[in-house]
Amino acid sequence: MPFALLKYALSREHPDDPHFRWKPDLKKTYDVIIIGAGGHGLAAAYHLAKDHGITNIAVLEKGWLAGGNTARNTTIVRANYLTPEGVAFYKESVELFRTLSNELDINVMYSERGHFTLAHTDAAMRTARWRAEVNKHMGVNSEVIDAAEVKRICPTMNVTDDARYPILGALYHPPGAIARHDAVAWGYAKEAMKRGVEVHTQTEVKKILIENGRAIGVETNRGVIHAAKVMQAVAGSSSHVARMAGLRLPIKTIPLQACVSEPVKPILDQIVVSGSLHVYISQSARGEMVMGGATDPYGLYSSRSTLDFKESLMGHMLELFPFMGELRILRQWAGMADMTPDFSPVMGLTPVENYYIDAGWGTWGFKATPVCGKRMAECVATGRQPDLLKPFALSRFSTFDLVGEKGAASVGH
Amino acid sequence: MKILKCPLNGPRNITEFVWGGEMKPMPDPATATDAEWTEYLFLEENLAGEITEWWLHAPTNFWFVARRNTITDEIIETMTYDAFLARQQAASTATAPDEAEPAARPVTGGADTGATST
Repeated sequence: MPFALLKYALSREHPDDPHFRWKPDLKKTYDVIIIGAGGHGLAAAYHLAKDHGITNIAVLEKGWLAGGNTARNTTIVRANYLTPEGVAFYKESVELFRTLSNELDINVMYSERGHFTLAHTDAAMRTARWRAEVNKHMGVNSEVIDAAEVKRICPTMNVTDDARYPILGALYHPPGAIARHDAVAWGYAKEAMKRGVEVHTQTEVKKILIENGRAIGVETNRGVIHAAKVMQAVAGSSSHVARMAGLRLPIKTIPLQACVSEPVKPILDQIVVSGSLHVYISQSARGEMVMGGATDPYGLYSSRSTLDFKESLMGHMLELFPFMGELRILRQWAGMADMTPDFSPVMGLTPVENYYIDAGWGTWGFKATPVCGKRMAECVATGRQPDLLKPFALSRFSTFDLVGEKGAASVGH
Repeated sequence: MKILKCPLNGPRNITEFVWGGEMKPMPDPATATDAEWTEYLFLEENLAGEITEWWLHAPTNFWFVARRNTITDEIIETMTYDAFLARQQAASTATAPDEAEPAARPVTGGADTGATST
């Protein structure tokens, strides 16, 4: 048996498929250039190739594959938003996530855990009720539950009355899930490259070429390349890249910090979020407690970590989960989040013709990777704003038609 | 804990302060067009580098101006709004001595406050 396996591994008939099919050289022209090889950019490239037959695509990346916020998020997937527009959008993302491992032929370790948004005040209970009703109306499974039910589902949580902020109840969202973020990006990259898409890392866009109000290409550190269409998907650097295209965005770049504990045996099944306490936590497949809080109190282009963040996070965390007192922190990091005024993303057409934007993903980008890739691809391929993305157009700020999702952000910012 | 020097209260822990965002010129609400007002409300320079911005010392409700580097997280200097205006005026008269009308708008700032891009 082991011999047969070895023979199979070395057989010429079954060659090992290379995971990524890199191409070393840049061409002079492409149909589409995507700036940013994170989850969103790669997903858009994959869907352009698969759904729209556009394979002459270059995905340009200043750093390395999926090394920005795709590698820095806390991997939570959910659809329990506040506005009907938001719920419809994230609902499609959850549906795509469920079959993503099959779609991309890679195990993204999608794991449905159940998602609590804890309420410690009457106001938070009211928001939970509001979200539950909107969710149910849109066909998303969410329910308001009381503290006793929270305790029944998640016995490790401290729901007693002698806490500083006792738990009154929660918005419970059973489809809430976590996934392996790197695998999601690698899966999209692998499948896109298999279809002929080129991904070029260490390739920084220095200038966006615009002629008569339309984007015609980019200038990189490896030379000028032309394209019929250009799309940006660069998270924390959104304002910087958009400025090259002559656009000013309604975005502030603010760090969001996170950390993980040392790995332990499974003890926490659910994803637990408390907006009032500014904490969220889940246990990864590796056993690490993945934790985060609110964004930093001021804007910054830096991924440094601060003691202030950990002090406030741990204080509240210990109240929710007293057993955490035994755990040590293993790693800490931060990502630069592109925050919008209404806590909703900016997607689709821009005032510059043939220039498409995917930005404003603040603290909610990973969960939208599949749907955003699919719909941005549709937008780029057709040159029209897809129905699902219409509420999230950049133009909503000049028509005062915002999509207020602050009440559904994981923690009060 | 990071320390921010308040022009009124001296050096204090940064948790006592609220970030007010970048300085930008406010158009006159009575005469501004929708487009101008939108731009003032929502659009940001969001620069990486030295910027001029508003801060509030929350316990004393005192608003002031800071210059900060958004890459290195260094606070370069803080000043009262009056000091900021005086500096603006000095700069504009130094560069344009025959200018008949000095800075008369309630808030000036944005791109011309010495902020530099990346």
